[in-house]
Amino acid sequence: MSHPHTIIGGLLNIVLGLAFALAMAALLTWVERRLLGFLQDRYGPNRAGPFGILQAVADGIKLLFKQDWIPPFADPGVFVLAPAISMVTVMLALAVIPATPVIGIIGNLNVGLLYFLAMGGLGVYSVVLAGWASNNKFSLLGGVRAAAQMVSYEVFMGLALVGVVMLAGSFNLTDIVHSQRHLWYVVPQFVGFIIFFLGGIAETHRLPFDLPEGESELGAGFHTEYSGMKFGMFFIGEYIGIMLVSAMTTVLFLGGWYGPILPPFLWFGIKTGLLIAFFILLRAALPRPRYDQLMSFGWKLLLPLTLLNILVTGALMLAGPAPS
Amino acid sequence: MLSSVRTLWYTFLHLFHRNVTVSYPEEMPYLAPRTRGRIVLTRDPDGEERCVSCYLCAVACPVDCISLQKTEEDGRWYPEFFSINFSRCIFCGFCEEACPTYAIQLTPDFEMSEYDRQNLVYEKEDLLISGTGKYPDYNFYRVAGLAIPGKDKGEAEHERKPIDTRSLMP
Repeated sequence: MSHPHTIIGGLLNIVLGLAFALAMAALLTWVERRLLGFLQDRYGPNRAGPFGILQAVADGIKLLFKQDWIPPFADPGVFVLAPAISMVTVMLALAVIPATPVIGIIGNLNVGLLYFLAMGGLGVYSVVLAGWASNNKFSLLGGVRAAAQMVSYEVFMGLALVGVVMLAGSFNLTDIVHSQRHLWYVVPQFVGFIIFFLGGIAETHRLPFDLPEGESELGAGFHTEYSGMKFGMFFIGEYIGIMLVSAMTTVLFLGGWYGPILPPFLWFGIKTGLLIAFFILLRAALPRPRYDQLMSFGWKLLLPLTLLNILVTGALMLAGPAPS
Repeated sequence: MLSSVRTLWYTFLHLFHRNVTVSYPEEMPYLAPRTRGRIVLTRDPDGEERCVSCYLCAVACPVDCISLQKTEEDGRWYPEFFSINFSRCIFCGFCEEACPTYAIQLTPDFEMSEYDRQNLVYEKEDLLISGTGKYPDYNFYRVAGLAIPGKDKGEAEHERKPIDTRSLMP
Protein backbone atom coordinates (compact mmCIF):
# COMPACT_ATOMS: atom_id res chain seq x y z
CA MET A 1 0.00 0.00 0.00
CA SER A 2 1.28 3.41 -0.95
CA HIS A 3 2.45 5.52 1.90
CA PRO A 4 1.76 9.30 1.53
CA HIS A 5 5.45 9.95 1.83
CA THR A 6 6.33 7.69 -1.08
CA ILE A 7 3.59 9.25 -3.19
CA ILE A 8 5.06 12.71 -2.67
CA GLY A 9 8.53 11.36 -3.32
CA GLY A 10 7.34 9.70 -6.50
CA LEU A 11 5.62 12.83 -7.72
CA LEU A 12 8.71 14.87 -6.95
CA ASN A 13 10.79 12.34 -8.86
CA ILE A 14 8.49 12.60 -11.87
CA VAL A 15 8.36 16.40 -11.87
CA LEU A 16 12.08 16.82 -11.36
CA GLY A 17 12.88 14.17 -13.95
CA LEU A 18 10.67 15.75 -16.58
CA ALA A 19 11.91 19.25 -15.75
CA PHE A 20 15.45 18.00 -16.14
CA ALA A 21 14.57 16.37 -19.46
CA LEU A 22 12.94 19.58 -20.71
CA ALA A 23 15.89 21.68 -19.60
CA MET A 24 18.28 19.32 -21.31
CA ALA A 25 16.19 19.39 -24.48
CA ALA A 26 16.25 23.18 -24.49
CA LEU A 27 19.99 23.12 -23.89
CA LEU A 28 20.35 20.57 -26.65
CA THR A 29 18.93 22.98 -29.21
CA TRP A 30 21.81 25.28 -28.40
CA VAL A 31 24.39 22.49 -28.22
CA GLU A 32 23.32 21.20 -31.59
CA ARG A 33 23.56 24.56 -33.32
CA ARG A 34 26.87 25.31 -31.69
CA LEU A 35 28.39 21.93 -32.56
CA LEU A 36 26.96 22.05 -36.05
CA GLY A 37 28.58 25.44 -36.43
CA PHE A 38 31.98 24.14 -35.43
CA LEU A 39 31.60 21.18 -37.76
CA GLN A 40 30.96 23.63 -40.57
CA ASP A 41 33.91 25.89 -39.65
CA ARG A 42 31.78 28.64 -38.13
CA TYR A 43 30.81 29.67 -34.61
CA GLY A 44 27.08 29.08 -34.33
CA PRO A 45 25.02 31.15 -31.90
CA ASN A 46 27.55 32.74 -29.54
CA ARG A 47 25.95 36.08 -28.70
CA ALA A 48 23.31 35.63 -25.98
CA GLY A 49 24.96 35.03 -22.62
CA PRO A 50 28.26 33.21 -22.03
CA PHE A 51 29.09 31.20 -25.17
CA GLY A 52 25.58 31.93 -26.39
CA ILE A 53 24.05 29.54 -23.90
CA LEU A 54 21.07 31.85 -23.35
CA GLN A 55 20.12 31.37 -27.00
CA ALA A 56 17.90 28.49 -25.90
CA VAL A 57 16.10 30.81 -23.47
CA ALA A 58 15.75 33.48 -26.13
CA ASP A 59 14.30 30.96 -28.56
CA GLY A 60 11.87 29.70 -25.93
CA ILE A 61 10.67 33.22 -25.17
CA LYS A 62 10.30 33.95 -28.87
CA LEU A 63 8.27 30.78 -29.47
CA LEU A 64 6.03 31.51 -26.48
CA PHE A 65 5.21 35.00 -27.68
CA LYS A 66 4.56 34.09 -31.29
CA GLN A 67 1.01 34.18 -32.50
CA ASP A 68 -0.67 30.84 -31.86
CA TRP A 69 -2.23 30.31 -35.24
CA ILE A 70 -4.53 27.53 -36.33
CA PRO A 71 -5.22 27.70 -40.06
CA PRO A 72 -8.94 28.03 -40.87
CA PHE A 73 -8.80 24.97 -43.13
CA ALA A 74 -7.26 22.75 -40.44
CA ASP A 75 -9.06 20.34 -38.15
CA PRO A 76 -8.57 22.28 -34.91
CA GLY A 77 -8.99 19.46 -32.41
CA VAL A 78 -6.53 17.09 -34.02
CA PHE A 79 -4.27 19.97 -34.94
CA VAL A 80 -3.83 20.82 -31.26
CA LEU A 81 -3.62 17.19 -30.19
CA ALA A 82 -0.74 16.22 -32.50
CA PRO A 83 2.10 18.23 -30.91
CA ALA A 84 0.92 17.15 -27.48
CA ILE A 85 1.19 13.50 -28.50
CA SER A 86 4.65 14.14 -29.89
CA MET A 87 5.88 15.50 -26.58
CA VAL A 88 3.94 13.25 -24.25
CA THR A 89 5.00 9.97 -25.86
CA VAL A 90 8.72 10.73 -25.76
CA MET A 91 8.49 12.01 -22.21
CA LEU A 92 6.58 8.92 -21.14
CA ALA A 93 9.18 6.76 -22.83
CA LEU A 94 11.93 8.69 -21.06
CA ALA A 95 10.43 7.68 -17.73
CA VAL A 96 11.60 4.13 -18.20
CA ILE A 97 15.30 4.95 -18.67
CA PRO A 98 17.42 3.92 -15.69
CA ALA A 99 20.24 6.45 -15.47
CA THR A 100 21.69 4.61 -12.49
CA PRO A 101 20.24 1.82 -10.33
CA VAL A 102 18.59 4.52 -8.19
CA ILE A 103 18.06 7.45 -10.58
CA GLY A 104 15.16 6.93 -12.95
CA ILE A 105 11.42 7.35 -12.77
CA ILE A 106 10.23 3.80 -13.39
CA GLY A 107 13.60 2.25 -14.21
CA ASN A 108 12.64 -1.07 -12.74
CA LEU A 109 9.60 -1.74 -14.90
CA ASN A 110 9.61 -5.43 -15.79
CA VAL A 111 8.50 -4.78 -19.39
CA GLY A 112 10.57 -1.60 -19.77
CA LEU A 113 11.84 -2.43 -23.21
CA LEU A 114 8.39 -3.23 -24.59
CA TYR A 115 7.04 -0.07 -22.99
CA PHE A 116 9.71 1.97 -24.76
CA LEU A 117 8.83 0.39 -28.11
CA ALA A 118 5.13 0.93 -27.47
CA MET A 119 5.66 4.61 -26.78
CA GLY A 120 7.78 4.89 -29.91
CA GLY A 121 4.91 3.32 -31.83
CA LEU A 122 2.43 5.82 -30.37
CA GLY A 123 4.77 8.64 -31.36
CA VAL A 124 3.95 7.92 -34.99
CA TYR A 125 0.46 9.25 -34.36
CA SER A 126 1.77 12.74 -33.67
CA VAL A 127 3.29 13.16 -37.12
CA VAL A 128 0.51 11.38 -38.96
CA LEU A 129 -2.20 13.37 -37.21
CA ALA A 130 -0.27 16.60 -37.67
CA GLY A 131 0.07 15.94 -41.38
CA TRP A 132 -3.58 14.98 -41.68
CA ALA A 133 -5.05 17.78 -39.57
CA SER A 134 -3.06 20.47 -41.35
CA ASN A 135 -5.15 19.75 -44.45
CA ASN A 136 -2.30 20.74 -46.70
CA LYS A 137 -0.64 18.63 -49.34
CA PHE A 138 2.91 19.15 -48.11
CA SER A 139 1.93 18.27 -44.57
CA LEU A 140 0.01 15.25 -45.77
CA LEU A 141 2.96 14.02 -47.83
CA GLY A 142 5.16 14.50 -44.79
CA GLY A 143 2.71 12.64 -42.62
CA VAL A 144 2.44 9.77 -45.08
CA ARG A 145 6.19 9.50 -45.32
CA ALA A 146 6.49 9.64 -41.56
CA ALA A 147 3.95 6.88 -41.13
CA ALA A 148 5.66 4.57 -43.61
CA GLN A 149 9.15 5.35 -42.38
CA MET A 150 8.47 5.09 -38.67
CA VAL A 151 6.30 2.00 -38.91
CA SER A 152 8.84 0.15 -41.01
CA TYR A 153 11.87 1.20 -38.99
CA GLU A 154 10.09 0.29 -35.81
CA VAL A 155 10.10 -3.29 -37.05
CA PHE A 156 13.89 -3.45 -37.29
CA MET A 157 14.32 -1.48 -34.12
CA GLY A 158 12.25 -3.99 -32.21
CA LEU A 159 13.82 -7.00 -33.88
CA ALA A 160 17.33 -5.64 -33.34
CA LEU A 161 16.64 -5.67 -29.63
CA VAL A 162 15.62 -9.31 -29.59
CA GLY A 163 19.30 -10.30 -29.49
CA VAL A 164 19.84 -8.18 -26.41
CA VAL A 165 16.78 -9.59 -24.73
CA MET A 166 17.95 -13.12 -25.54
CA LEU A 167 21.35 -12.48 -24.01
CA ALA A 168 20.03 -10.68 -20.96
CA GLY A 169 17.00 -12.90 -20.50
CA SER A 170 14.90 -9.93 -19.38
CA PHE A 171 12.84 -7.02 -20.62
CA ASN A 172 13.74 -5.05 -17.52
CA LEU A 173 16.17 -2.30 -18.51
CA THR A 174 17.92 -2.32 -15.12
CA ASP A 175 18.49 -6.06 -15.45
CA ILE A 176 19.78 -5.59 -18.99
CA VAL A 177 22.36 -3.10 -17.73
CA HIS A 178 23.28 -5.38 -14.85
CA SER A 179 23.95 -8.23 -17.28
CA GLN A 180 26.45 -6.01 -19.12
CA ARG A 181 28.69 -5.75 -16.07
CA HIS A 182 31.50 -7.70 -17.73
CA LEU A 183 30.90 -7.16 -21.45
CA TRP A 184 28.93 -4.43 -23.16
CA TYR A 185 26.39 -5.80 -25.62
CA VAL A 186 27.86 -3.65 -28.35
CA VAL A 187 30.47 -6.41 -28.76
CA PRO A 188 28.32 -9.53 -29.13
CA GLN A 189 25.41 -7.58 -30.64
CA PHE A 190 27.30 -5.22 -32.93
CA VAL A 191 24.87 -5.70 -35.82
CA GLY A 192 21.97 -5.14 -33.46
CA PHE A 193 23.62 -1.97 -32.18
CA ILE A 194 24.05 -0.52 -35.67
CA ILE A 195 20.52 -1.40 -36.73
CA PHE A 196 18.98 -0.11 -33.52
CA PHE A 197 20.81 3.17 -33.91
CA LEU A 198 19.78 3.53 -37.55
CA GLY A 199 16.22 2.72 -36.54
CA GLY A 200 16.49 5.29 -33.80
CA ILE A 201 17.52 7.97 -36.27
CA ALA A 202 14.58 7.10 -38.48
CA GLU A 203 12.27 6.95 -35.47
CA THR A 204 13.20 10.46 -34.35
CA HIS A 205 13.13 11.51 -38.04
CA ARG A 206 16.48 13.19 -37.71
CA LEU A 207 18.80 13.87 -40.58
CA PRO A 208 19.74 12.03 -42.74
CA PHE A 209 16.37 10.28 -42.33
CA ASP A 210 14.34 13.46 -42.01
CA LEU A 211 12.14 12.71 -45.00
CA PRO A 212 8.91 13.55 -43.15
CA GLU A 213 10.24 17.09 -42.76
CA GLY A 214 12.25 17.19 -45.98
CA GLU A 215 12.82 20.93 -45.90
CA SER A 216 14.00 21.14 -49.47
CA GLU A 217 11.00 19.43 -51.03
CA LEU A 218 8.13 19.60 -48.51
CA GLY A 219 8.60 22.97 -46.90
CA ALA A 220 8.69 21.61 -43.39
CA GLY A 221 6.66 18.45 -43.98
CA PHE A 222 4.18 17.55 -41.31
CA HIS A 223 4.71 20.74 -39.29
CA THR A 224 4.47 23.18 -42.18
CA GLU A 225 1.36 24.80 -40.68
CA TYR A 226 2.57 24.90 -37.10
CA SER A 227 3.83 28.03 -35.42
CA GLY A 228 4.53 29.33 -31.95
CA MET A 229 4.68 26.92 -29.06
CA LYS A 230 2.92 24.15 -30.96
CA PHE A 231 5.87 24.09 -33.31
CA GLY A 232 8.07 24.34 -30.23
CA MET A 233 6.49 21.21 -28.84
CA PHE A 234 7.37 19.25 -31.97
CA PHE A 235 10.83 20.66 -31.66
CA ILE A 236 11.21 19.74 -28.00
CA GLY A 237 9.68 16.35 -28.75
CA GLU A 238 12.30 15.76 -31.40
CA TYR A 239 15.14 16.73 -29.09
CA ILE A 240 13.85 14.63 -26.21
CA GLY A 241 13.56 11.87 -28.80
CA ILE A 242 17.25 12.22 -29.59
CA MET A 243 18.08 12.04 -25.90
CA LEU A 244 15.76 9.08 -25.54
CA VAL A 245 17.34 7.08 -28.36
CA SER A 246 20.84 7.95 -27.18
CA ALA A 247 20.04 6.99 -23.60
CA MET A 248 18.35 3.81 -24.77
CA THR A 249 21.36 2.84 -26.88
CA THR A 250 23.56 3.48 -23.87
CA VAL A 251 21.39 1.31 -21.67
CA LEU A 252 21.02 -1.53 -24.14
CA PHE A 253 24.41 -1.69 -25.82
CA LEU A 254 26.96 0.49 -24.05
CA GLY A 255 26.69 -0.86 -20.54
CA GLY A 256 24.51 1.90 -19.10
CA TRP A 257 26.12 3.37 -16.00
CA TYR A 258 29.07 0.95 -15.84
CA GLY A 259 32.54 2.40 -16.16
CA PRO A 260 35.72 2.81 -14.17
CA ILE A 261 36.53 5.52 -11.56
CA LEU A 262 33.82 8.07 -12.36
CA PRO A 263 30.41 7.85 -10.61
CA PRO A 264 27.70 5.91 -12.47
CA PHE A 265 25.55 8.90 -13.30
CA LEU A 266 28.47 10.64 -14.98
CA TRP A 267 29.28 7.57 -17.05
CA PHE A 268 25.70 7.39 -18.21
CA GLY A 269 25.78 11.09 -19.09
CA ILE A 270 29.06 10.82 -20.96
CA LYS A 271 27.94 7.89 -23.08
CA THR A 272 24.58 9.48 -23.86
CA GLY A 273 26.24 12.80 -24.63
CA LEU A 274 28.68 11.23 -27.06
CA LEU A 275 25.82 9.49 -28.86
CA ILE A 276 23.93 12.79 -29.07
CA ALA A 277 27.06 14.39 -30.50
CA PHE A 278 27.17 11.60 -33.05
CA PHE A 279 23.56 12.40 -34.00
CA ILE A 280 24.65 15.96 -34.68
CA LEU A 281 27.67 14.79 -36.65
CA LEU A 282 25.35 12.69 -38.79
CA ARG A 283 23.29 15.76 -39.47
CA ALA A 284 26.34 17.73 -40.50
CA ALA A 285 27.81 15.03 -42.71
CA LEU A 286 25.22 13.01 -44.57
CA PRO A 287 22.75 13.94 -47.30
CA ARG A 288 19.15 12.81 -47.21
CA PRO A 289 18.46 9.61 -49.18
CA ARG A 290 15.61 9.37 -51.65
CA TYR A 291 12.39 8.01 -50.23
CA ASP A 292 12.46 4.71 -52.14
CA GLN A 293 16.12 4.27 -51.19
CA LEU A 294 15.17 4.67 -47.56
CA MET A 295 12.43 2.08 -47.78
CA SER A 296 14.43 -0.45 -49.79
CA PHE A 297 17.41 0.04 -47.47
CA GLY A 298 15.16 -0.80 -44.57
CA TRP A 299 13.24 -3.75 -45.96
CA LYS A 300 15.85 -5.31 -48.22
CA LEU A 301 18.98 -4.83 -46.14
CA LEU A 302 18.16 -4.15 -42.51
CA LEU A 303 15.34 -6.66 -42.12
CA PRO A 304 17.32 -9.69 -43.39
CA LEU A 305 20.33 -8.58 -41.37
CA THR A 306 18.24 -8.32 -38.23
CA LEU A 307 16.71 -11.72 -38.73
CA LEU A 308 20.15 -13.19 -39.40
CA ASN A 309 21.39 -11.54 -36.24
CA ILE A 310 18.65 -13.18 -34.19
CA LEU A 311 19.33 -16.52 -35.84
CA VAL A 312 23.07 -16.41 -35.22
CA THR A 313 22.66 -15.17 -31.66
CA GLY A 314 20.20 -17.95 -30.93
CA ALA A 315 22.42 -20.59 -32.54
CA LEU A 316 25.46 -19.45 -30.58
CA MET A 317 23.48 -19.42 -27.35
CA LEU A 318 22.32 -22.94 -27.98
CA ALA A 319 25.76 -24.15 -29.01
CA GLY A 320 27.81 -22.35 -26.35
CA PRO A 321 27.53 -22.53 -22.60
CA ALA A 322 24.45 -20.92 -21.16
CA PRO A 323 25.15 -17.32 -20.13
CA SER A 324 25.25 -16.48 -16.40
CA MET B 1 28.17 2.73 -47.09
CA LEU B 2 31.92 3.11 -46.72
CA SER B 3 31.79 6.52 -48.33
CA SER B 4 29.26 7.59 -45.71
CA VAL B 5 31.65 6.58 -42.95
CA ARG B 6 34.46 8.44 -44.68
CA THR B 7 32.27 11.53 -44.97
CA LEU B 8 31.50 11.28 -41.27
CA TRP B 9 35.20 11.13 -40.46
CA TYR B 10 36.12 14.09 -42.63
CA THR B 11 33.26 16.14 -41.22
CA PHE B 12 34.41 15.23 -37.72
CA LEU B 13 37.90 16.49 -38.55
CA HIS B 14 36.39 19.87 -39.33
CA LEU B 15 35.86 20.23 -35.58
CA PHE B 16 39.57 20.98 -35.37
CA HIS B 17 39.74 23.38 -38.29
CA ARG B 18 39.96 27.11 -37.90
CA ASN B 19 36.62 28.85 -38.17
CA VAL B 20 36.30 30.95 -41.28
CA THR B 21 33.89 33.37 -39.62
CA VAL B 22 35.25 36.83 -38.86
CA SER B 23 33.51 38.02 -35.68
CA TYR B 24 32.94 41.40 -37.19
CA PRO B 25 32.33 44.03 -34.54
CA GLU B 26 35.08 42.67 -32.31
CA GLU B 27 37.40 41.76 -35.12
CA MET B 28 37.55 44.22 -38.01
CA PRO B 29 38.01 42.68 -41.41
CA TYR B 30 40.71 44.04 -43.73
CA LEU B 31 39.22 46.33 -46.34
CA ALA B 32 41.13 47.07 -49.53
CA PRO B 33 41.86 50.78 -50.06
CA ARG B 34 39.61 50.77 -53.10
CA THR B 35 36.62 49.29 -51.26
CA ARG B 36 33.53 51.19 -52.30
CA GLY B 37 31.80 52.53 -49.21
CA ARG B 38 30.51 55.86 -47.92
CA ILE B 39 30.67 58.61 -50.55
CA VAL B 40 32.46 61.89 -49.76
CA LEU B 41 32.91 65.23 -51.49
CA THR B 42 36.55 66.28 -51.47
CA ARG B 43 38.21 69.68 -51.56
CA ASP B 44 41.06 70.84 -53.75
CA PRO B 45 44.51 71.54 -52.24
CA ASP B 46 43.49 75.14 -51.60
CA GLY B 47 40.59 73.99 -49.43
CA GLU B 48 37.89 74.97 -51.92
CA GLU B 49 35.11 72.65 -52.96
CA ARG B 50 36.01 70.57 -55.97
CA CYS B 51 32.47 69.95 -57.10
CA VAL B 52 31.48 72.11 -60.06
CA SER B 53 27.83 70.97 -60.23
CA CYS B 54 28.10 69.39 -63.62
CA TYR B 55 25.35 66.86 -62.75
CA LEU B 56 27.31 64.03 -64.35
CA CYS B 57 27.22 62.01 -61.14
CA ALA B 58 23.48 62.43 -60.86
CA VAL B 59 23.12 61.33 -64.48
CA ALA B 60 25.40 58.34 -64.07
CA CYS B 61 23.73 57.17 -60.87
CA PRO B 62 21.68 54.05 -61.75
CA VAL B 63 19.41 54.44 -58.71
CA ASP B 64 19.01 58.21 -58.84
CA CYS B 65 20.17 58.74 -55.30
CA ILE B 66 22.16 61.94 -55.96
CA SER B 67 20.40 65.24 -56.09
CA LEU B 68 22.03 68.67 -56.45
CA GLN B 69 21.44 72.21 -57.64
CA LYS B 70 23.98 74.40 -59.36
CA THR B 71 24.76 77.92 -58.23
CA GLU B 72 27.39 80.38 -59.43
CA GLU B 73 29.62 82.70 -57.45
CA ASP B 74 32.43 84.82 -58.94
CA GLY B 75 32.56 82.68 -62.04
CA ARG B 76 32.95 79.44 -60.06
CA TRP B 77 30.23 76.84 -60.01
CA TYR B 78 29.16 75.32 -56.75
CA PRO B 79 26.39 72.99 -55.71
CA GLU B 80 23.79 74.97 -53.84
CA PHE B 81 22.76 71.74 -52.21
CA PHE B 82 24.12 68.28 -52.75
CA SER B 83 22.46 65.29 -51.13
CA ILE B 84 22.97 61.57 -51.45
CA ASN B 85 20.27 59.23 -50.28
CA PHE B 86 22.28 56.34 -48.86
CA SER B 87 19.20 54.23 -48.37
CA ARG B 88 19.12 54.01 -52.15
CA CYS B 89 22.81 54.11 -52.97
CA ILE B 90 24.20 50.83 -54.23
CA PHE B 91 27.83 51.88 -53.93
CA CYS B 92 28.52 51.09 -57.57
CA GLY B 93 31.08 53.87 -57.92
CA PHE B 94 29.70 55.15 -61.22
CA CYS B 95 29.51 58.68 -59.78
CA GLU B 96 33.18 58.58 -58.96
CA GLU B 97 33.98 57.43 -62.49
CA ALA B 98 31.77 60.11 -64.00
CA CYS B 99 33.15 62.98 -61.94
CA PRO B 100 35.41 65.19 -64.09
CA THR B 101 36.96 66.98 -61.12
CA TYR B 102 37.65 64.09 -58.72
CA ALA B 103 35.22 65.72 -56.32
CA ILE B 104 33.05 62.75 -55.51
CA GLN B 105 34.93 59.75 -54.13
CA LEU B 106 34.08 56.48 -52.42
CA THR B 107 35.78 55.57 -49.14
CA PRO B 108 36.22 52.18 -47.43
CA ASP B 109 33.88 53.18 -44.60
CA PHE B 110 30.65 51.20 -44.60
CA GLU B 111 29.41 51.53 -41.00
CA MET B 112 26.61 53.98 -41.52
CA SER B 113 23.56 52.27 -40.03
CA GLU B 114 20.77 54.44 -38.69
CA TYR B 115 17.62 53.75 -36.72
CA ASP B 116 15.76 56.35 -38.73
CA ARG B 117 15.66 55.98 -42.47
CA GLN B 118 15.52 59.74 -42.91
CA ASN B 119 18.97 60.03 -41.38
CA LEU B 120 20.46 58.16 -44.30
CA VAL B 121 20.02 61.20 -46.54
CA TYR B 122 23.37 62.94 -46.34
CA GLU B 123 23.47 66.66 -47.12
CA LYS B 124 26.42 68.59 -48.48
CA GLU B 125 27.80 69.43 -45.04
CA ASP B 126 27.76 65.73 -44.15
CA LEU B 127 29.44 64.73 -47.38
CA LEU B 128 32.16 67.37 -47.56
CA ILE B 129 35.48 66.42 -46.06
CA SER B 130 38.37 68.78 -45.42
CA GLY B 131 40.95 66.80 -47.43
CA THR B 132 41.67 65.98 -51.02
CA GLY B 133 40.96 62.25 -50.90
CA LYS B 134 42.74 60.06 -53.42
CA TYR B 135 44.16 62.88 -55.58
CA PRO B 136 46.19 65.18 -53.33
CA ASP B 137 47.48 67.59 -56.03
CA TYR B 138 44.59 67.99 -58.39
CA ASN B 139 42.91 71.37 -58.60
CA PHE B 140 40.37 71.76 -61.37
CA TYR B 141 40.37 75.54 -61.64
CA ARG B 142 44.14 75.62 -61.84
CA VAL B 143 44.24 73.41 -64.93
CA ALA B 144 40.97 74.49 -66.54
CA GLY B 145 40.83 77.37 -69.01
CA LEU B 146 37.96 79.03 -67.26
CA ALA B 147 38.54 82.58 -66.02
CA ILE B 148 37.93 83.06 -62.35
CA PRO B 149 38.91 85.95 -60.07
CA GLY B 150 42.71 85.89 -59.64
CA LYS B 151 43.28 83.77 -62.75
CA ASP B 152 42.56 84.98 -66.22
CA LYS B 153 42.29 82.96 -69.42
CA GLY B 154 45.60 81.46 -70.44
CA GLU B 155 47.06 81.54 -66.97
CA ALA B 156 46.30 77.97 -66.01
CA GLU B 157 48.99 75.29 -65.76
CA HIS B 158 50.21 74.01 -69.15
CA GLU B 159 47.95 76.48 -70.88
CA ARG B 160 49.00 78.71 -73.76
CA LYS B 161 47.97 82.34 -74.05
CA PRO B 162 44.71 82.72 -75.95
CA ILE B 163 45.14 83.48 -79.64
CA ASP B 164 44.29 87.07 -80.60
CA THR B 165 41.92 86.44 -83.47
CA ARG B 166 42.13 90.04 -84.59
CA SER B 167 45.89 89.88 -85.23
CA LEU B 168 47.64 88.44 -88.27
CA MET B 169 50.84 87.64 -86.35
CA PRO B 170 51.52 83.99 -85.64
